[in-house]
Amino acid sequence: MAKDELMNYEKALEMFEVVIGLEVHVELNTKTKMFCGCRNEFGDEPNTNVCPICIALPGALPAVNRTAVESSISIGLALGCEIAPNGRFARKNYFYPDLAKNFQTSQYDEPIAFEGELTVELPSGSVHTVQIERAHMEEDAGKLTHIGGSTGRIQGAEYSLVDYNRAGVPLVEIVTKPVYGAGAEAPELAAAYVRSVREIVKGLGVSDAKMERGNVRCDANVSLRPHGQEKLGTRTETKNVNSLRSIERAVRYEIQRQAALLAKGTAIIQETRHWHEDKGATSAGRPKSDADDYRYFPEPDLVPVQPSKELIESLRAKLPEKPADRRKRVQAEWGFADLEFRDVVNADLLDQIEETVKAGAKPQAARKWWTGELARIANSENMDVTELEISGAHVAELAQLVDAGKLNDRLAREVLTYVLAGEGSPAEIVAARGLEVVSDDGALIAAIDAALAKQPDVLDAIREGRMQAAGAVIGAVMQAMKGSADAGRVRELLIQKANA
Amino acid sequence: MSEITPDLVRHLAGLSRILVTDEEVERFTEQLSLIVDSVAKVNEALAGVDVPATSHPIPMANVFREDIVEPSLTQEQALSGAPDSGEGRFRVAAILDEE
Repeated sequence: MAKDELMNYEKALEMFEVVIGLEVHVELNTKTKMFCGCRNEFGDEPNTNVCPICIALPGALPAVNRTAVESSISIGLALGCEIAPNGRFARKNYFYPDLAKNFQTSQYDEPIAFEGELTVELPSGSVHTVQIERAHMEEDAGKLTHIGGSTGRIQGAEYSLVDYNRAGVPLVEIVTKPVYGAGAEAPELAAAYVRSVREIVKGLGVSDAKMERGNVRCDANVSLRPHGQEKLGTRTETKNVNSLRSIERAVRYEIQRQAALLAKGTAIIQETRHWHEDKGATSAGRPKSDADDYRYFPEPDLVPVQPSKELIESLRAKLPEKPADRRKRVQAEWGFADLEFRDVVNADLLDQIEETVKAGAKPQAARKWWTGELARIANSENMDVTELEISGAHVAELAQLVDAGKLNDRLAREVLTYVLAGEGSPAEIVAARGLEVVSDDGALIAAIDAALAKQPDVLDAIREGRMQAAGAVIGAVMQAMKGSADAGRVRELLIQKANA
Repeated sequence: MSEITPDLVRHLAGLSRILVTDEEVERFTEQLSLIVDSVAKVNEALAGVDVPATSHPIPMANVFREDIVEPSLTQEQALSGAPDSGEGRFRVAAILDEE
């Protein structure tokens, strides 16, 4: 992969206006596929959830999943879209073995939902309204594994193996209009938008919304134009960027790459690009096909979808709280300061903290664990904190053990690593490993006396009000008891001794 | 006359991943032109008549399937018609330049 020349980010923004466009694919969590009764399930044995329809055997006829249509309408409504009184499916023709039919059943000129908007808040606190062009129904493609070559990627592959379990899984593709005006924050806006879409579909319960499983995928279009120019620049489309952090990085990379080319007078090629998380760079994929090349035409095997007003209104009545409203509500309930709350939102931890609080933790303790120690662990493992294998209930239990004085901070952090290693709940681990804090006065006083024997001046210092002197004794006691002493109790006992 | 040109035929062959000879390009250009021109006759017949484009001849809508799991094929059945397979999957030629 040739190394791209990148322009300094600030300089790129001085020279050019950034325009982005986002396509988000949401995999629905229906029980069955879009057009057949095969199970919609992640991780099953390959080609076990397939039938004549989704592997395109001759004569097989599709039938539309009612629940998938209703979920799509709900997504449209939650995005403030109009719902089309008449929607058709269309064939998008292309020749690639990820679908056995040689076309994808999609929607073209009559999407089920159109003309919506979504308001998103950026880490800086600035608020943008993203215009939604459309949301349409389509099907996912199968999974290809490239064999041969060294990296498992397509370059150098000798052949490919295809699993059609995912072929035909219902997708809703949400397409924005061009988004202007975010300036230097365009990458953050892209990520914040996808985060909001994910919150919406999760809140609706229509998707598992796990980015790491590909339930929510984003293609990011980026183009640059000189400030003041009306005509949009040539765009590139970076495909399947699969985490919020990657979206931000990929958009930023494309801005810097395109700016460097444009500044040299080189034209941008309209193409698909791939994001490489490991290299932090995009590389060229195929030249983008024109819509003409897909030879879209109305799907003759499926009749139009004409949702009744009654259906639409009944789905509208069931819409959950909007993400922006929910944020306002929980921030008030938890009593978080604006900055604290923004950190929580940016770390994508609303659900985790809500679950932890529901399980009985104090909101501030829940916040401290998730944005502190857990975020640190995730970061050191190069993971997203939301991917950690720990439940809100476990975090709440840990916080309660600390509150009850059974664990000190150091022991609690130790217990946490065992929870993450799958050893059970914090209480079980404390019992099994005998990790409880020692607050038995007898044991503590013995350790304090031993420490004082080496530092006899400390009691006088405390009597004179120099409390920092106590630290040396507390430290010595902690060391002697291998960190399991209750530091607060040691301090109390020390003061009692000084004043005795 | 239709707008089917030899270049368009080559482009379509490329999209369809079909290798065509020059002789075939010439032949297909003629044949596709004939087909497109024949279909275009429908437009002539409708000239001046106000008929909306119709994708589905039968006025029917909202035919749905309930979201209920039905039996799938077994892996063996699914792969039984495949020219080649391996590791429970369909084996196909690697196609470059796409992913």
